[in-house]
Amino acid sequence: MRELKITPIVKGTVIDHIPAGMGLKVLKVLGLDVQEIKYTVSLGIHVRSNKLGWKDILKIEERELKKSEVDKIALIAPGATISIIEKGEVKEKIKASLPKRAKGIMKCPNPNCISNTGEPVEHDFILVSEKPVKYRCKYCERMLEDVLKNII
Amino acid sequence: MQDKDFIGKDIVSIRELSNEEIEHILQTAKKMVDIARGKRVVKPLEGKILGTAFFEPSTRTRLSFESAMLRLGGKCLGFSEATTTSVAKGETLADTVRMLASYSDVIVIRHKYEGAARLAAEFSDKPVINAGDGAGQHPTQTLLDLFTMKEKLGKLEDINVALIGDLKYGRTVHSLAHALAKFNANLYFVAPETLQMPDHIIGPLEEMGAKTQKFNALEEVIESCDVFYMTRIQRERFPDIQEYNKVAGIFRLDARMLERAKKHAIVMHPLPRVNEISPDVDATKHAMYFEQAFNGVPVRMALLLLLLGGEMDA
Repeated sequence: MRELKITPIVKGTVIDHIPAGMGLKVLKVLGLDVQEIKYTVSLGIHVRSNKLGWKDILKIEERELKKSEVDKIALIAPGATISIIEKGEVKEKIKASLPKRAKGIMKCPNPNCISNTGEPVEHDFILVSEKPVKYRCKYCERMLEDVLKNII
Repeated sequence: MQDKDFIGKDIVSIRELSNEEIEHILQTAKKMVDIARGKRVVKPLEGKILGTAFFEPSTRTRLSFESAMLRLGGKCLGFSEATTTSVAKGETLADTVRMLASYSDVIVIRHKYEGAARLAAEFSDKPVINAGDGAGQHPTQTLLDLFTMKEKLGKLEDINVALIGDLKYGRTVHSLAHALAKFNANLYFVAPETLQMPDHIIGPLEEMGAKTQKFNALEEVIESCDVFYMTRIQRERFPDIQEYNKVAGIFRLDARMLERAKKHAIVMHPLPRVNEISPDVDATKHAMYFEQAFNGVPVRMALLLLLLGGEMDA
């Protein structure tokens, strides 16, 4: 039987070394609406990895990621590698690391925080600890521990 | 550290002030005491305007800020409730602050939402002082508390401070515990189990190297403390009035108990008090809460003077 594999892409972005099981979450935060997009997205779930044992891998053709999207991926899948591909070659490789400042990518869960009251400001967090991941809201100064739940 | 290092600074959270900055503010406050009492008249802030934006009611904090500004020769304008302002029409805080900043030289803000002062500081081109934001920070209260302790005990390092009463919801005690931890004070948390100091506050204090201990009765710490910092236990925290009465009785300080306390020990309270300090304590030399309330004036004078770069004649 012929084995079906995800083929290399010529132009676009490859997000590799996503911790197994987190691929769908990465897809979700990138907001890729299959009704709207005009390019191919391939998601490999539970793929063999020398480094991690098992991993997820996401390939998005014809699209580069914005800085805020790279930061979001870092929050969900720290350690993932993001490769920008052009003409079949890796043009740039970024290792997703937790952003020191997370602005406009997570919301503050504190209902009494001023950033939740319709003021003209973005949610803004400062990285306090990497292991475990902890961010402090710049406004109400409360600690945010459940990062995944609060990604916008 | 010099006076000019403070010009234009915002005072939003005690967390952002270094020990050196805190010490400098307290030293400046000490020089303000005679002026705050009306014994000397000076006008280093003549021609300057303090804008007060009190979206939430306050008596002591607002009046002591106004007194501080007037004692330094400046003037005040502002509002003491949000219903009479354009906020009632739906204006954002950002816009209200921009407007007030254009009418004044320094802004004091109290607001019901946490982080409101930080936001105000972002939109104001004049220095902003946080006078309490919801359950968040109230740095000038912390500074006046530290000032009171330093004046009476001569130091902040290694003193034994009992924080007593509602330690769960009280913002005052959270900020104060943080500041005292910076100065390596020993912290005793005395509260009923349901109102004990939350772990998310204690964790960072211990990471800073603070020595903390929990107690569930005032009697246990009466002989060892330098400071009894009392706070009000609110009736509405208890669904059952009998339960409240029981707890309120255990965390009440009276003159008889203080007979066993250290001679120099002081009793403090951010006020208003209800039942937690018996009136018979007022006449003892331990009672420091009215002086503490007065200290709000020199401490706020020091901040206004430093932020506005006012110069005192020698």
